Amino acid sequence: MTGKIRSVSELHEFQASLKEELQGDRTVITLCAGPGCAASGADNVAKAFRKHIEEMGLTDQVTFKCTGCHGFCALAPVVAIDPAGYCYEGVKQADVKDILERTIIGGEVIEKLLYVDPETGEPVLYEKDIPFYKHQDRILLAENRQIDPDRLEDFLAIDGYSALAKVLDEMSSEDVIQAILDSGLRGRGGAGFPTGLKWQIAHQQTAEPKYIVCNADEGDPGAFMDRGIIEGNPHRVIEGMCIGARAIGANQGFVYVRYEYPIAVQRINQAVDQAREAGLLGENILGSDFSFDLKVVMGAGAFVCGEETALIASLEGKKGEPVQRPPFPVESGYRGKPTVINNVESWTCVPHVIGKGAEWFSSIGSEGSKGTKIFSLVGKVKNTGLVEVPMGTTIRKIVYDIGGGVPNGKSFKAIQTGGPAGGCLPEDLIDLPIDFEALTKAGTIMGSGGLIVMDESTCMVDVARYFTRFLEEESCGKCYSCRKGTQRMRELLDDICEGKGTLDHLDLLEELGETVNNASMCGLGQNAANPVLSTLRYFRHEYEAHITEHRCSAGVCAALIRYFIQEELCDGCHACSKVCPVEAISGEKDLEHEIDPDVCITCGSCIEVCPTDAIIIVSGSGEEA
Amino acid sequence: MPSSSTAPDSMEPEVVVTEEDLATTDEILKQHQYDRSEMIAILLGVQDALGYLPVPVLKHLAERLEVSPISLFGIVTFYTSFRLNPPGRHKCTVCMGTACHVRGAVNVLKEFERRLDISAGSTTPDRHFQLETVNCVGACAIGPLVIVDDEYHGNITPIKIPRLLRRLERDKAEDVT
Ligand SMILES: Cc1cc2nc3c(=O)[nH]c(=O)nc-3n(C[C@H](O)[C@H](O)[C@H](O)COP(=O)(O)O)c2cc1C
Ligand code: SF4
Ligand code: SF4
Ligand code: FES
Ligand code: FES
Repeated sequence: MTGKIRSVSELHEFQASLKEELQGDRTVITLCAGPGCAASGADNVAKAFRKHIEEMGLTDQVTFKCTGCHGFCALAPVVAIDPAGYCYEGVKQADVKDILERTIIGGEVIEKLLYVDPETGEPVLYEKDIPFYKHQDRILLAENRQIDPDRLEDFLAIDGYSALAKVLDEMSSEDVIQAILDSGLRGRGGAGFPTGLKWQIAHQQTAEPKYIVCNADEGDPGAFMDRGIIEGNPHRVIEGMCIGARAIGANQGFVYVRYEYPIAVQRINQAVDQAREAGLLGENILGSDFSFDLKVVMGAGAFVCGEETALIASLEGKKGEPVQRPPFPVESGYRGKPTVINNVESWTCVPHVIGKGAEWFSSIGSEGSKGTKIFSLVGKVKNTGLVEVPMGTTIRKIVYDIGGGVPNGKSFKAIQTGGPAGGCLPEDLIDLPIDFEALTKAGTIMGSGGLIVMDESTCMVDVARYFTRFLEEESCGKCYSCRKGTQRMRELLDDICEGKGTLDHLDLLEELGETVNNASMCGLGQNAANPVLSTLRYFRHEYEAHITEHRCSAGVCAALIRYFIQEELCDGCHACSKVCPVEAISGEKDLEHEIDPDVCITCGSCIEVCPTDAIIIVSGSGEEA
Repeated sequence: MPSSSTAPDSMEPEVVVTEEDLATTDEILKQHQYDRSEMIAILLGVQDALGYLPVPVLKHLAERLEVSPISLFGIVTFYTSFRLNPPGRHKCTVCMGTACHVRGAVNVLKEFERRLDISAGSTTPDRHFQLETVNCVGACAIGPLVIVDDEYHGNITPIKIPRLLRRLERDKAEDVT
């Protein structure tokens, strides 16, 4: 960067010059270095690209960049080649030279690196034609693919900070707030509170100074939308926060990021420094009378710190325990002053609303839920990754058209939305549109956008126990109902999973669940029984089977299952006995093998390796689970 | 209450803290201007520098920041990221987030516990291995996920664990006991 940008017109000039520089007829190779791809060797692929581009003398024709998550993490590591628009999947170090020689120089497509559509069995040449991408409307996520998050220049070249410039140049606080109100934007962090309304209340406060906070705690275990944005497009978050600060009259803001995301911490810190250096943060931003600065603060691993009052306590250096609301943080937050807290994705929507207009935003989505929403689609689904669709899209479209359905020929059982305090929806509700109202009506919540797909081999009682234990561990302990209630519910669920439950356990769970939800103070306790109550509502038969037949039909609850080798299918190949960690499997070579259930620790390794699928899990009175 | 490996091992010999450790701690305090509202950042900084939070260092911190050791201890035990015991030479962290759970993380953790003969949140007696859990690190798409010394490994099943561990055993001879 070349020093401070001193005015709105200088910003526009600079953007134009960057655009010119980045265009032209260069080939752009974009490697995803997001969480999934980095975990699948993207770093080494990047090194190989840099080395070979240099060695082959391609530096003048080729731009190589690493970006944040492209979305389709199941294909990790992914490489996109533009302007052609090709997408290569599962790229290894050894493929790099080939890509440069054959595709970049030779103009030829390498078929083995293309995604194969399982429906047609045909390779798909263009990224935009891959079903996973084709059925999405990517507004926020599309930018990840365009920019190297280490470079402010890349962001400016896609007109980054233009929305801030527009606000500084031609909009009053009231105009900005009105635009956000008109857009219908609702918070993406959980509760879906109208963002414009929150800002309006904060704006009306007379107390000074005012603060704004970006909630990047992303505590939902199994969701990474916010990580995807912060790591892939940190300046968009900063721009949104600048606009919010201008609207409510704040000069100081915080980004609260979880400690478990070290790359996100590094990226946002770096982006803040870059923005400050460029005059996009700090005193007199873009030569205006508006001054605003940001500080990045790390959380230290406590789910409850995502709750806004706990987050503030944590920001102040204290234990992250929630406090009673009202007063709400907009009236009395950080250091007792008016504080607006919004989620990462909410902040990211803001520049788009300002730049493209409230009307544009409100034309997307459903009646009460506007815009697009990012979901992290994970679990028992083929196409795992980050998905962005208009609010109101059906579960079916997300799971099947985009997600490609359940893998390994298994059948879909349920989808969990809303994180640990959300709920599980059964197959009959697959045509439910996902928006704030519809989900609440069905007994779950939108939460921040985690979608966990479960199939026939997922036990719903075990899932309920998993979430309940999570909440028990994460309860701050302040409210008796939450602290003790989650513990007692978990103990009842333990009993059921171990075959020691009675039908009375179910009534107790229901009664206790209602009490916990009604008597606790913060959102954690108030929703803590949702996993139990929603699974009891939709999957009561599974609970009953555990209790009356000691049967876990999913083959998960260790105390109720047994691994069993079907004699007639066993080839006696020894594959299973070789991997069994406890020598539970006996049998001569080429003769049937047998599992000793008293020794078996139900680790599942034998099933994984058996070439003839001879091994099954049995439960209850001996039928296959 | 959220806390993992925060109870000090009772079997530990007396923790020895060097002058150097205290000087490092003071340096970090200075960077944060002895500001109590920066408590979490200070603690994370000290932990990064020393590998863990030795009790004498916590006492030292409490003194310098003029807070009661009890309230400082309350903060340390509230957050899962803080540890009061020295780390192992190699750290294996199993993700127990929802996405990893439904894909079999329980069996992965059980196998680590069985092979290392320790439970999650502790360290082997020779301090060669440290076993931790985490609730999601955002790489859910490739779960079950295990992080071995900062390196991510996706799609892990119990079968893959012996190989992961064998690689970490090579430098066992160098351990200082
Ligand atoms: C237990 C609990 C955990 C929460 N965790 C998060 C989180 O990780 N990220 C987030 O943005 N909001 C989280 N929230 C919601 C916040 O309290 C708050 O509503 C939100 O950050 C407001 O921003 P929004 O209006 O943009 O959604 C959590 C709430 C509760 C009760
Ligand atoms: S509901 Fe639970 S987490 Fe929330 S304040 Fe009460 S005890 Fe703490
Ligand atoms: S499930 Fe695991 S312990 Fe049991 S027989 Fe198979 S490999 Fe052995
Ligand atoms: S991390 Fe590469 S596509 Fe998601
Ligand atoms: S659930 Fe394991 S990485 Fe997210």
